[in-house]
Amino acid sequence: MQNIDVAIIGGGAAGLSAAIEAKKTGAENVLVLERGEELGGILQQCIHTGFGLHYFKENLNGPEYISRFIKTVHELGIDYKLNTMVLQISPNKKLLAMNSVDGPLRLQAKAIVLAMGCREKPRGALAIPGTRPAGIFTAGTAQRLMDVEGYLVGKKIVILGSGDIGLIMARRFVMEGAKVEAVVELMPYPGGLHRNVVQCLEDFQIPLLLQHTITNIQGRDRLKRVTTAKVDKRFTPIPGTEKNIECDTLILSVGLIPENELSRGLGILIDTKTGGPFVDEHMETSERGLFACGNVVHVHDLVDHVTWSGEVAGKNAARVVLDTFPRYKERISLSAGRNVQYVVPQFISGKKPVNLSIRVKRPARRVEINIGNELAFHKPVVRPSEMVVLTLRENQIMEKTKLTVIVRKRR
Amino acid sequence: MKADLIIIGGGIVGTTIARELSKYKLQVLLVEKEADIGFGSTKANTGIIHAGYDDIPGTIKANLCVRGNTLWPQIAAELGIPFIRTGSWVVACKDEEANTILKLKRRGIMNNVPGLQIIDDRKQLLMLEPNISNKVLLALYAPTAGIISPYEAAIALAENAYHNGVQIQLETEVKDILLEKNAIVGIRTNRGLIETNSVINAAGIYSDEISAMCGINHFSITPVRGEYFVLDKNLNGYVRHILFPVPTPVSKGIVVSKTVAGNLIIGPNANNVNEKTDLATTKPGLNEVFEGAQKLVPGLASKRGMVITIFAGLRAESSIGDFIIEAYDSPRGFINVAGIKSPGLTAAPAIAEKVIQLLKNMDSDLNEKKNYNPSRESIQRTIDSLSTNQSWTNMPKDPNYGHMICRCEHVSEGEIVEAIQRGANTFDGIKFRTRAGMGRCQGGFCTPHLIRILSRELDLKAKSITKHGRFSSIVPYEVKESLMEER
Ligand SMILES: Cc1cc2nc3c(=O)[nH]c(=O)nc-3n(C[C@H](O)[C@H](O)[C@H](O)COP(=O)(O)OP(=O)(O)OC[C@H]3O[C@@H](n4cnc5c(N)ncnc54)[C@H](O)[C@@H]3O)c2cc1C
Ligand SMILES: Cc1cc2nc3c(=O)[nH]c(=O)nc-3n(C[C@H](O)[C@H](O)[C@H](O)COP(=O)(O)OP(=O)(O)OC[C@H]3O[C@@H](n4cnc5c(N)ncnc54)[C@H](O)[C@@H]3O)c2cc1C
Repeated sequence: MQNIDVAIIGGGAAGLSAAIEAKKTGAENVLVLERGEELGGILQQCIHTGFGLHYFKENLNGPEYISRFIKTVHELGIDYKLNTMVLQISPNKKLLAMNSVDGPLRLQAKAIVLAMGCREKPRGALAIPGTRPAGIFTAGTAQRLMDVEGYLVGKKIVILGSGDIGLIMARRFVMEGAKVEAVVELMPYPGGLHRNVVQCLEDFQIPLLLQHTITNIQGRDRLKRVTTAKVDKRFTPIPGTEKNIECDTLILSVGLIPENELSRGLGILIDTKTGGPFVDEHMETSERGLFACGNVVHVHDLVDHVTWSGEVAGKNAARVVLDTFPRYKERISLSAGRNVQYVVPQFISGKKPVNLSIRVKRPARRVEINIGNELAFHKPVVRPSEMVVLTLRENQIMEKTKLTVIVRKRR
Repeated sequence: MKADLIIIGGGIVGTTIARELSKYKLQVLLVEKEADIGFGSTKANTGIIHAGYDDIPGTIKANLCVRGNTLWPQIAAELGIPFIRTGSWVVACKDEEANTILKLKRRGIMNNVPGLQIIDDRKQLLMLEPNISNKVLLALYAPTAGIISPYEAAIALAENAYHNGVQIQLETEVKDILLEKNAIVGIRTNRGLIETNSVINAAGIYSDEISAMCGINHFSITPVRGEYFVLDKNLNGYVRHILFPVPTPVSKGIVVSKTVAGNLIIGPNANNVNEKTDLATTKPGLNEVFEGAQKLVPGLASKRGMVITIFAGLRAESSIGDFIIEAYDSPRGFINVAGIKSPGLTAAPAIAEKVIQLLKNMDSDLNEKKNYNPSRESIQRTIDSLSTNQSWTNMPKDPNYGHMICRCEHVSEGEIVEAIQRGANTFDGIKFRTRAGMGRCQGGFCTPHLIRILSRELDLKAKSITKHGRFSSIVPYEVKESLMEER
């Protein structure tokens, strides 16, 4: 059994910033465990730009953004293991991992940071009827096949879901000479960032079918055709609106799920609204000394916020090791009210400033975001695709136990 | 090419017969039109080893089902595949259904099904199955019913038959059967002629067409589709027994059961379709299945988000109703094993016994081999060796067994390479042998790795790697290829 100070599960944007911050705070023995063949996580396949506008005030692509952190990991001499899958974590902070060099690795950590990222929803989750031919991919898989492995998965493409990855992939397909027949979206508004709708669809004249879904898939060996249909207010397909689109590829960009199998095995409490663990302002989960950050906590739209959450988690994990972790008796719970899907962190002490990440349910203009009864922040627009981040200072917090966050039209 | 005997069809029926015949000194060839074993009905069914109370006493089905049920535990042990005797319940929620339960029990007793028991203590029922509908009144408990992985079983049977000398030829479709003077002399396939004097027709839903090639036309096969949902392993334990509703005259009804891998499976419905290739799921069909399942287990209503995949399978419904297992005077050398719908998986080992009997009656001299080996080593699973606390030193020397490729099902590269060495040549072939790509992300993460490993091990270009053979290429082009063409 090897002893370490801070074990970090996952070497993506969240895990690397946690590792760096833990080391800088004074933890000596920090180890990053990554099952991929290189550090960097999902960013290594995001060759488009748009990363780091907030954190670096620069417009970088994914590999450029993450390479800065990888460089720091090397400079600080932080240990990491690649091709290493963490299989199990127990509440007493023992870990079981596996790779081809060490075989099974049993580790004892003083603090653990969960940074496993998220996975994509497969077709089954939507239960789209039809056949099961080759040619159906989730967007991230198609992206990896194209931009890391060098394969083009098809030439006539339909994309279901207008989340960011779907939008980015629409543009990538066009650039590779494929034709994107349509992007099909169930909701009356796009699921991705506004800038991506403009830069990836409008600039390339790709049709976006809002309030539409896919009702059938045809083809025995390779995909031949999909059927689209308009949906009513309850998202039920309207009979008579069906249209067939000939295509060889269907890309699903229908949502991401925080990858919390390890967390579940550990028994930490999971928020059903985010799909990730409940955390407090230190990014500590319901289990002491166990922290979480990045997409494993909730799905972020900007990596800059992922990095910040990693820094908070890493710093506090190091403080656990150094015995300087501030544990407050006060505990105010934050809950999602009107037009709010979720708020992270779900618990705060009210003793220091904290950044709140708020995901709205529906788009709205000229809104007021109320935190508890007293506090109101104004925003010209809010959209589900764009996380709202607000800083709450300790002197702004009046309530003692419970704050509800609501978004409503400005009076 | 030449063989003493040819089996047409590499489903559970063809492979059990192949293994049974590999006990004898006989040159046996199994031909299968698909890219792998088990790609027909055998890959898409409920995977239940039925106890045997459903079928009408005296039918071939009824006899072979009960016999098959008693044979499976030993076969599974020899082949190193899981078989779990979960026991099954037929659940009555209405007064009028209680009568059917009594009728089923009487039928079961006539069919010699052991251990049948009626549980009518509602408290006990709800304690044993906490998620069952609280409308439950009573249940027929059949302790011998169990679950198996049907495609793993067919693959294991084929491997074992192969090791005992049976030849297997995939992607070989029988186009005609050649007759001379009322006797079989060979078969014509897409790969050419093969000489033989004996043919066993185990072609599943196509068995009527094969039979017609011999001029035997007294039955036809209608494909009857059944649709399914598979749910996340996090629901392992959500039900403990195989739960059936009270059957209707048409079907055994929509089942809620766990699979040997620990997923939850829901299905099937039963709808006639026109095409023998129509494996499409439908919106009304899927709704029917989910609603049916909710009647037994109402809590499923909130579990739709835990569905990981949907699929459909085709039953070979014969116009005769019962299994057709017959040899003929004309043409000599032809045996039909047709109309093998449910409980065909259960009955398969008993069907094979019956086929051997038919062959023996047909004056073929079947001499037993001395060196027949009934056991098969299963693929070493890294994750299993860890959970049983074995140390790494017991694992194979190959470091690939430490490199995890499928994150959901924890499948190592070593296991995938081993599956390829054992015959997997497609994505689905790897999936059915190792479970890579069968978990909650459905291949989202391992797809690029599987393409790399398959093309490395088979020395094929990535574009030649298919999902399930024929034209099911996964990555048909390379980046920039189409831009080059335009220049
Ligand atoms: C396609 C796409 C496009 C995006 N576009 C933009 C954009 O334009 N601009 C922007 O700012 N943001 C964008 N984002 C968002 C942002 O980049 C991501 O949210 C961020 O990179 C997530 O970081 P993470 O560390 O939480 O997760 P990941 O990068 O997914 O890292 C998690 C890591 O953990 C590893 N891991 C998981 N489980 C285990 C285990 N059991 N054992 C060992 N290792 C494990 C994984 O292999 C992975 O490397 C995009 C995201 C995606 C997916
Ligand atoms: C929805 C459903 C649920 C079921 N549930 C159960 C259950 O729970 N328990 C149970 O006991 N049974 C069940 N069954 C029945 C069971 O699945 C079948 O009886 C069994 O799989 C039939 O096996 P088979 O080998 O006859 O057919 P198949 O598996 O279809 O094999 C026939 C093979 O022949 C090949 N073939 C066809 N034509 C040619 C040709 N011309 N040349 C070469 N090869 C050819 C096909 O490609 C195929 O692989 C179910 C069936 C269905 C459809």
